[in-house]
Amino acid sequence: MIDKTVSSLEAAVADVCDGATVMIGGFGSAGQPAELIDALIAQGARELTIVNNNAGNGEVGLAALLKARRVRKIICSFPRQADSQVFDALFRAGQIELELVPQGNLALRIQAAGAGLGAVFTPTGYGTRLAEGKETRVIDGKPYVLEFPIKAQFALIKAHRGDRWGNLVYRKAARNFGPIMAMAATTTIAQVSQIVPLGALDPETIVTPGIFTQRVVAVPPVNADEA
Amino acid sequence: MNKWTRDQIAQRVARDIPEGAYVNLGIGLPTKVANYLPAEREIFLHSENGLLGMGPAPEPGKEDAELINAGKEPVTLLPGGAFFHHGDSFAMMRGGHLDICVLGAFQVSKTGDLANWHTGAADAIPAVGGAMDLAIGAKQVFVMMDHLTKSGACKIVDACTYPLTGIGCVDRIYTDLAVIDVTAQGLIVIDSAEGLTFEALQQVTPVPLLRTRG
Repeated sequence: MIDKTVSSLEAAVADVCDGATVMIGGFGSAGQPAELIDALIAQGARELTIVNNNAGNGEVGLAALLKARRVRKIICSFPRQADSQVFDALFRAGQIELELVPQGNLALRIQAAGAGLGAVFTPTGYGTRLAEGKETRVIDGKPYVLEFPIKAQFALIKAHRGDRWGNLVYRKAARNFGPIMAMAATTTIAQVSQIVPLGALDPETIVTPGIFTQRVVAVPPVNADEA
Repeated sequence: MNKWTRDQIAQRVARDIPEGAYVNLGIGLPTKVANYLPAEREIFLHSENGLLGMGPAPEPGKEDAELINAGKEPVTLLPGGAFFHHGDSFAMMRGGHLDICVLGAFQVSKTGDLANWHTGAADAIPAVGGAMDLAIGAKQVFVMMDHLTKSGACKIVDACTYPLTGIGCVDRIYTDLAVIDVTAQGLIVIDSAEGLTFEALQQVTPVPLLRTRG
């Protein structure tokens, strides 16, 4: 019997090694797998490369991982926010490397990795400093920039419900990067509000088919509205 | 000098958004436009974090941390609205499916180059988000900004001195002084604040302006 469910957060992240590239889902705190990140902090892996849209908010979740000095490099589109003080301090002190990527190119490069593409020509960023030094090509009269896939050993994502085969559905705008990161990582670990029996998820509405998910761990929501 | 207030600029932009348009309102000043979209017009608001059919802010106490806009503020979803992932959301933008996006700006050049993500300051922490995707992807790019900086420099320039967001991407500029179309012929003034003469507008704008067609 195939059972991708894992009984604890600790077990879910036990094999994340030093130097790994880890995608973390979420847009701000919506969809951020905060409990998995806490487990990763406790696990202790260092020198990580993190892929996320942002660079942490406040002092929790991704910000706490940065504060614990586990992150060597972050690949993101929007690090600077009103409450990104942890990242800001590390960046100004030269203690974290930043690869800034336009948000759509971030999504596209993650998708390219998941889809097995070698690279993608994208119009976004052409002629800007974020495309400096990159190969370009004019196709049908329009200029494009060549962007390469972002792959990862691990993706930590948050979904709403999952089953033991790893099928996932999401909740509202918390979906954001979850489905595409699940496709791009070798090992995708999903924290879900609820694990349901096989067959309980409507196959017409499954967003992430189980082939993209390796581990599922239940984290009941604090807020009852999200159950 | 006669000026439009920020709410009046937002109102002026809203007037130009037709029924049935798919629209992305950028973070900051452009979000004000939503307040002035006429209720009788059905307009689809897109938020790049994965919403189409975005509604207004919820009543106090009804906020949902997983239902937010691109500015990470709580919003609602209208009946008929949809959720989708970032790949699809940016395909809507990059793929030319959005009719209009409204963006803020530091500078716009006479040929429609846009600078709105970075001041160029050496110590600034850069952040770009979806600005570059919106700038090159939407069918029409509207910019909303003050005509002059606080120190009096015009934000419509011969060539942007701040780092670019996109090249030749701006279609129309709404400022507190005027509404200006960026065309192959040049910058055409299509509207201006009450009592503001063309000559007075040209005087504070360092690039040549053209009068309304016809």
